[in-house]
Amino acid sequence: MKVHDRTITYSEGMTAGPLDFRPKSSGRIPRGLTFAAVLVIISMLAVILGNIVYGGIGTISWDFLTHPPENGMEEGGVFPAIFGTVALVLLMVIAVVPIGVLTAIYLHEYTSPKSKITRMIRVAIANLAGVPSIVFGLFGLGFFIAFIGGGLDWLFYRDEGPVWGQPAIIWAALTLALLTLPVVIVSTEEALRTIPRELKEASYALGGTKLQTIVRIIIPQSLPGILTGSILAVSRGAGEVAPIMFTGAAYYLPYLPNKLNDQFMELGYHIYVMATQSPNIEATKPILYGTVLVLLVLTFLLNFIAIYIRSSMRKKRAA
Amino acid sequence: MQELKFKPKSKIREFLGEKFISVSAFSALIGILLIFTFIFKEAIPVFTDPEVQEEASLDKMVFKQEYYEGRDPKWAWQPTSTVPKFSLYPLFLGTIKAAIIAMLFAAPLGVGAAIYSSEFASRRMREIIKPVIELLAAIPSVVLGFFSLIVLATVLQNVFGLTFRLNAMNAGIALGLAVIPIIFTVAEDAMTSVPNSLRDAAIALGANPWQVSFTMVFPAALPGIAAGIVLGFGRAVGETMIVLMASGNAAIISGDFFDSVRTFSATIAAELAEVVFGSTHYTVLFFIGTLLFVFTFIINLGGEMALNRIKEKLQGRTE
Repeated sequence: MKVHDRTITYSEGMTAGPLDFRPKSSGRIPRGLTFAAVLVIISMLAVILGNIVYGGIGTISWDFLTHPPENGMEEGGVFPAIFGTVALVLLMVIAVVPIGVLTAIYLHEYTSPKSKITRMIRVAIANLAGVPSIVFGLFGLGFFIAFIGGGLDWLFYRDEGPVWGQPAIIWAALTLALLTLPVVIVSTEEALRTIPRELKEASYALGGTKLQTIVRIIIPQSLPGILTGSILAVSRGAGEVAPIMFTGAAYYLPYLPNKLNDQFMELGYHIYVMATQSPNIEATKPILYGTVLVLLVLTFLLNFIAIYIRSSMRKKRAA
Repeated sequence: MQELKFKPKSKIREFLGEKFISVSAFSALIGILLIFTFIFKEAIPVFTDPEVQEEASLDKMVFKQEYYEGRDPKWAWQPTSTVPKFSLYPLFLGTIKAAIIAMLFAAPLGVGAAIYSSEFASRRMREIIKPVIELLAAIPSVVLGFFSLIVLATVLQNVFGLTFRLNAMNAGIALGLAVIPIIFTVAEDAMTSVPNSLRDAAIALGANPWQVSFTMVFPAALPGIAAGIVLGFGRAVGETMIVLMASGNAAIISGDFFDSVRTFSATIAAELAEVVFGSTHYTVLFFIGTLLFVFTFIINLGGEMALNRIKEKLQGRTE
């Protein structure tokens, strides 16, 4: 039997001499070395977080969070950037969650895992997760702004300047939605796997159709997973800069975005421009650290919530 | 009676619902096709437009060019000079250099931590390591870029006595931080998916825990660990914000790890905002985007396929 052949291959490797198993190497050295790797990673994380908290905590105040920047970013707050980030990820979530959830349901409930289509979709999802974020930026510019936006302008606004064919919050949000699609799909699928088969069978036994089972049993049961996926997507989307720098983010705007085709300020982009293009880096440093801290707290908070929901979901499954 | 009424009505809904779900499921597949189409579309003039080819044909981008009469031919990336120069070689070198530094830094740490977590760590310790890695993965790349630009660059400059703060080493280390979670996750997953029956067999033959890991788990998980490193390399090549902020962005041809580098991704991010729509420069930037997309696509496809095969093999053995 093939299965046995393989096992034998391994035991043959070992029968090079049963004496090899004398406890001459207790594994203390490898254990120490690999533990050192863990320590290095933990301490690097601690140094980064410590530095940012130490540098930024003094800047954070109610005024900092609720006021616009002043005096060439050397004073004032980051309210427009926070507002823009929140608006951006909200639009993104509206676009990505339904599609991600439906994709996961299709993969898990409608097709066999061995079918060609399923495998092709899975390959696409895995690859989408690996596309460099700057390529998403190029795509957003070439597809959403030039093709879709430019197309809309050509159809409806031929006599005016660009209305949709320009960087805007909707295009940035849609670009991010494509980028975070794999996150939502993977989390939802994990939740779908935890639903006991008996629940579905009970629904069918009571005469429920497949769609009814999905709408009334499967989706409600997988809500924690959908929520986890959405939160992780938000956390990921809030931190990405490369995809939005050509598709809608602006360094400074005197007004808040209030239409879908407005440009917007965003925390990550704000950090990038302040850190690299400030004429007086020492003067902007406190504000810069404060902004980084705000972004970091935002992403970590979202991640903690997601980790908590997921672990309680796993515990429920184990029980 | 009610049931009889309810069934034929739901048939249409059932059909439409199912169609809607299956159409949504193709979003990831359509997304990845659209990305390729719309980026490659903008790059096509490199192959067809004689005007573009005048300055940036394939061989002009690859081989040394004599830009000024009487001077030695050379590679140079100076797209906005009076004699525009579009050699991709300096950018290629910069990209590889930054990615190699990142891997030299991240691979030992990531794999080491994965070995510790899977082979040595107590359950409690593992519950510390995993969230730490998740937190590291959650740090937005713009924050890592900020940290290496403001803090790490100064530290390296003082330690090594460098003239320039921003260089390949600085960017590479920060890039490594972004890559560690990928390597860790894939490698750890590969090792924990080695079936317990194999471990038990080795223990039954008298092996101590370290010998079990060394003779049993590693050989079986090695392809998975390799896949983790390859996927990490793909991420390091595509990552944008960190290199854009921390590498100095000078397209220098040298082997020195402490020289500044300009990578493919950072070139797109830095230059796309200022190019004329449809110009040679614009076309070349999309061509670079196409290269990045194709490269990461191949790496991800290969890595994903390798991982699936390993898992099938390992799980097949237990059944």
